[in-house]
Amino acid sequence: MAMTMHVDIVSAEEEIFSGSAEMVFASGVMGELGILPRHAPLLTQLKPGEVRIRKEGGEEEMYYVSGGMLEIQPHVVTILADTAVRAKDLDEKAAIEAKERAERELANKTSEFEYAKAQAELAEAVAQLQAIKKLRERAGRS
Amino acid sequence: MAVGKEIRSKINSIKSTQKITRAMEMVAASKMRKAQDRMRASRPYAEKMRNVVGHLAHAHPEYRHSFMQEREVRKLGLIVVSSDRGLCGGLNTNLFKTVVSEMKAWHDRGVETELCVIGNKAAAFFSRLGGDIQAQVTHLGDRPQIADLIGTVKVMLDGYEAGRIDRLLLAYNEFVNTMTQRPRLDRLLPIEAIGDEELKHHWDYIYEPEAKDVLDALLMRYIESLVYQGVVENLACEQAARMVAMKAASDNAGTLIDELQLIYNKARQAAITQEISEIVSGAAAV
Repeated sequence: MAMTMHVDIVSAEEEIFSGSAEMVFASGVMGELGILPRHAPLLTQLKPGEVRIRKEGGEEEMYYVSGGMLEIQPHVVTILADTAVRAKDLDEKAAIEAKERAERELANKTSEFEYAKAQAELAEAVAQLQAIKKLRERAGRS
Repeated sequence: MAVGKEIRSKINSIKSTQKITRAMEMVAASKMRKAQDRMRASRPYAEKMRNVVGHLAHAHPEYRHSFMQEREVRKLGLIVVSSDRGLCGGLNTNLFKTVVSEMKAWHDRGVETELCVIGNKAAAFFSRLGGDIQAQVTHLGDRPQIADLIGTVKVMLDGYEAGRIDRLLLAYNEFVNTMTQRPRLDRLLPIEAIGDEELKHHWDYIYEPEAKDVLDALLMRYIESLVYQGVVENLACEQAARMVAMKAASDNAGTLIDELQLIYNKARQAAITQEISEIVSGAAAV
């Protein structure tokens, strides 16, 4: 029987693949990678592209990842897949958008936070909730 | 019969309200199950990430990324995760209470807070009360995507890297079970030393391209995945809290209807009795 290693492909949103494989093909930022069991420990970023897994018996499965990280240990290969296309300028753009949203919608954003007012307001809300709870208990008993 | 017309219409209006709350309860119940699945599905990624970061910290004790360095706190960063919609009991209120008391505690020590809000409720609450809101994202829906969070988180990470903030916290609701949700404050940055469980390995990775680049990308994703987990968990909490709140509302409507029905019946009975006695006394007078 051929040697195998454990392969996991996970994204932040779900587990994509988990099982044993004879060989894994992936495209790293420095070039194509073909990984066999007992590969030296390696950590690299992945380019958007396909990941091919040759499972026991030679059957192959293909997955598409839009980038991510690849961790290799002698008998474990982990692919931390991105679900979004990542690039420095794209991230930058998203950050600026998030900031702009805050600036646009929140009028008095630079003013001092009113701790006393916030606490009073929250205390009131909590008291209301407790009152409702008490009323309910009383209604349940009668 | 004209008796108790107001009571009848009141009963009808409560009945239709009850229909709505009951429907909302059922919708929340099914959404909660899905949110819980999503919460579970996102766990392996964070765990794997944690393992890799743990390995890295051991393999590279001499290289300290700025995300791992403790420094004196002069300004605090806080990411607040809330729901987009209300009608979910005290979920957001309890969270904000924890957040505000934490902010107050730092404020008393002379440390100001910079905020990043996720979800409508937090945006509304903190903008109304002032405060330094750096970034916001709302309307994530029932299936939040990590892509929606990248920008928001990056604002805070950049702030940390630039030295604008010295510590980053994440506030969200922890899903204990359907009945219990607990407000939680987790520290995101600096990253706490991750478990000393395995000190035995003396190997290091081969890095492609550079150790620093790989670490940068990795740590950024690590933090993002933690925030994402918080968002997904908060979503499950929201649905659970809404389900419980709506169940309580339906039950209340039920008791109200019963009470009103009783009053209505009594009033009707009284009217009938009166009418009969009028007829009888009228007949007796003839």
